[in-house]
Amino acid sequence: RFVGSLGTIVIKCKDLRIIQLDIPGMEECLNIASSIEALSTLDSVTLMYPFFYRPMFEVLEDGWSSFLLEQEFEHLSSVTNEWRLSCVNKDFSVCPSYPPVVIVPKSIDDEALRKVALFRYGGRFPVLSYYHKKNGMAMLRSSQPLTGTNGRRCKEDEKLINATLRSGRRGFVIDTRPLNVAQQARAKGGGFEQEVHYPQWRRIHKYIERFHILQESFIKLVEACNDQSHNMDRWLSKLEASNWLTHIKELLTAACLAAQCIDREGASVLVHGSEGTDSTLQVTSLAQIILDPRCRTIRGFEALVVREWLQAGHPFQQRCAQSAYSNSKQKWEAPVFLLFLECVWQIHRQFPCSFEFNEHFLILLFEHAYASQFGTFLGNNESERAKLKLPQKTMSLWSWVNRPEELSRFQNPIYEANSLVIWPSVAPQSLQLWEGIFLRWNRPSRFLEEAEEERINIIKYNKELQAKVNVLRRQLAEMEADGEVQEGE
Amino acid sequence: SHAVLLLQVENVKLLDRYASRKAASGTLYLTATHLIYVDTSAEVRKETWILHHHISSVEKLPLTTAGYPLLIHCKNFHVAHFVIGQERDCHDVFTSLLKLSQPVKPEELYAFSYNPKMSKESREMGWKLIDLKLDYQRMGIPNDCWEITDINKDYEVCSTYPPEIVVPRAATKAVVMGSSRFRSRGRIPVLSYLYKENNAALCRCSQPLAGFSARCLEDEQMLQAIREANPGCPFMYVVDTRPKLNAMANRAAGKGYENEDNYENIRFKFIGIENIHVMRSSLQKLLEVCEMKSPSMSDFLTGLENSGWLRHIKAVMDAGVFLAKAVREERASVLVHCSDGWDRTAQVCSLASLLLDPFYRTFKGFMVLIEKEWIAMGHKFSHRCGHLDGDPKEVSPVFTQFVECVWQLMQQFPCSFEFSERFLLEIHDHVYSCQFGNFLGTCHRDREELRIFEKTHSLWPFLLQRKQELRNPLYRGFTAYKELQPNTLPFSFQFWCGMYNRFDKGMQPKQSVLEQLLSCLRHSVSLEESAAQLEN
Repeated sequence: RFVGSLGTIVIKCKDLRIIQLDIPGMEECLNIASSIEALSTLDSVTLMYPFFYRPMFEVLEDGWSSFLLEQEFEHLSSVTNEWRLSCVNKDFSVCPSYPPVVIVPKSIDDEALRKVALFRYGGRFPVLSYYHKKNGMAMLRSSQPLTGTNGRRCKEDEKLINATLRSGRRGFVIDTRPLNVAQQARAKGGGFEQEVHYPQWRRIHKYIERFHILQESFIKLVEACNDQSHNMDRWLSKLEASNWLTHIKELLTAACLAAQCIDREGASVLVHGSEGTDSTLQVTSLAQIILDPRCRTIRGFEALVVREWLQAGHPFQQRCAQSAYSNSKQKWEAPVFLLFLECVWQIHRQFPCSFEFNEHFLILLFEHAYASQFGTFLGNNESERAKLKLPQKTMSLWSWVNRPEELSRFQNPIYEANSLVIWPSVAPQSLQLWEGIFLRWNRPSRFLEEAEEERINIIKYNKELQAKVNVLRRQLAEMEADGEVQEGE
Repeated sequence: SHAVLLLQVENVKLLDRYASRKAASGTLYLTATHLIYVDTSAEVRKETWILHHHISSVEKLPLTTAGYPLLIHCKNFHVAHFVIGQERDCHDVFTSLLKLSQPVKPEELYAFSYNPKMSKESREMGWKLIDLKLDYQRMGIPNDCWEITDINKDYEVCSTYPPEIVVPRAATKAVVMGSSRFRSRGRIPVLSYLYKENNAALCRCSQPLAGFSARCLEDEQMLQAIREANPGCPFMYVVDTRPKLNAMANRAAGKGYENEDNYENIRFKFIGIENIHVMRSSLQKLLEVCEMKSPSMSDFLTGLENSGWLRHIKAVMDAGVFLAKAVREERASVLVHCSDGWDRTAQVCSLASLLLDPFYRTFKGFMVLIEKEWIAMGHKFSHRCGHLDGDPKEVSPVFTQFVECVWQLMQQFPCSFEFSERFLLEIHDHVYSCQFGNFLGTCHRDREELRIFEKTHSLWPFLLQRKQELRNPLYRGFTAYKELQPNTLPFSFQFWCGMYNRFDKGMQPKQSVLEQLLSCLRHSVSLEESAAQLEN
């Protein structure tokens, strides 16, 4: 925009901030605008910031190897021997969007896996997502089966998922599409598990919105939050019309359903939608937040993001390209990961003492998923990351975050490890707009930050006192012991 | 335990509205003051107590396979859904509750029988805990411009004002009496709050009996005296908190609003806060939304919008913010009224004081504020809360809205209040409970006639005793924040689940940050003691 020779550049950022720069001189302004335009829409991944970023900190632990599936498997092996690590995908030939190693039932060999991969969309055969130690039930995830219109079946597929069932027990397939969509998918070669071939499995369709619907919802919500109108009805109707909180509620409901099947029904669960790279991962990762206390620690949550999102092949580069201010209709853009983070935040709000991390940690992940100096969220899957040689050429977000001085900013002062399953309420009254993301730039944060400081101070003071009392007690005990020794002499 | 048992019914189920859990089964007791339900099906004995005064409605629903349902709505938004085995029992409980929950005579109110085993002296001390004169002293009154006068000691100026009021020194008795004849129900302009830093005053009154053309010299002199008490500003605001249309309609009845031409140097302004009837129906709609059975997000948000509730809360907040700004930034005195000056006026004056002065954000200060702007100035608690069987059209959640505005401020300024949400809920409960004398009757004169100072207890000492559990652990002290300047864009207002769905435990956060921090503070205190002992 120009007024006289004063130019104004409005920059709309992926973290939802809007910055306005007033620049004197038309030419300078145009130059700056075109530079920003060019630099913010790079075609080639290898020209992006992570490839040029030089860290100003000492790397204590290389984040690229912090969360290997082998470690996860070791952990699993200490409680069960029903599973094995398979390297069938080591060169990404069986499933291009899977990592080189996956965890599968022990009784299923690689040859069978290859056959199952041909029966599942994109080769995404069922793999272990989560093992519920409490009762030995498993959560699997995959993509849709390619049954087509003539009801194709695959004995190995049936055998694979049946291997996760206890004798005489049933399992649940949670299909994240409505029944009619799943039926229509058959015409395009897709489909769903039919009762005749999977008699031990009960299918539940729990619809979760996809792609452009979510992106439109995101855009509408951000637009509503930026509206400076004082009209309350207008705000509430825009909030409602964005449907954002509806998606949050549906997603949490689906996650609770999966968690319930496992924990309350004592059944194994297979989750999939069409591709198995979006709604599937939302459900499986949120169910783990509910079920598994480890996922509520900082390290555990990082591991969850790596395992269930990065290694599981959520196409970050496609989904998190432009964020809410994109005007060009990006076909693959969708706030799938943000919705997941917000659901975690909603659960966090309801169980504020059960998470080791604070809200800032979730906001950090949102920011870095969309734009980062670190290579962690580049590429769409492990195969692409390997081709880009990201571990060699870029720094991992985890290398930075897991340094003690950074970690301290993300710690929840009132955390108390809680080994229980935490069931969130999904009633509309219990769900709130995530102010930390959506109102962050629209209202002063000073008073909320001061409240956070106070919380930290209260806990810190308590811990210091406890330490002091402990020291005094020990000294007293030593003095008494000395006294006794002397008396004994 | 020693209460007289009026009725006992076995095999009563208490339905849980939201959880799909099995309904509780147990025994229902009616005493003179409470409905008590004891859940005998649970492993641990669980009791539900409902004060009869809290009951706003009792409904018999159509027979179900489980028995005869009885739905009880409470004024503190508790909803209890009982199912009783026998029709006869159900009918007995129903008729008893109707009678018990709608006392006809004031003497039947709980406060007159409530006996906490306290000495006469401490009871009397309790009533002296809040001294409004001290608050005026804090503002520097009496001073050159303002005086505390007992001109209303025989209620000749105004029957609904307290005996002592604060008026400009320059206003003679003739001016006061003249103005009183020109204001609805004699509610003349009096001082509500003086902002010491710049002498700007917040004053309140009722609407003038202006009709289409009437004027009153004394009333004009009264306003002039108020304006001149603040020499730093050449004008004063007169704020009518009603929507303009309502105010205009009042002119036909010989009431109305100030004509700017008749009063020297006033700036007249309407702030459209709706009347008690609109507010009552808005709350009704809100509660219907809160009670919906598994609503979708869309149902809930649409219902919230259609109820208009948050729109009204925002209107009250906006008015409070306007007053505080006028006083602080424009250094202007403000005279506020609505129709009678005891509903909207009480809301916005108390809110503006709270925004301007950190004292009112302490335990003691908040009690003073309620005593001053609500109780002393004649907010008709008895009618608005429906304490007695009376006109349902007089009932309105005016005080509830004020309490909610304070809660909304707590959300934006978590460290600026000495007390927590619990304190607000506690006060809100007692406004309806009639357990203490403070909120009985409609005005000071009424309370004198009811002899509440001799016969009942004051709420405030009881709440102060519980300071530890009602405090806000994040409070940064009196001096940390002076004025509050809240954001009033619509997104700054949240639905208050802790109030309107307070008894639906499943909807509340399962872990409380407040409780966690309070217990941490308690622990710290005991550690400090241990440390001190050990060091000796």
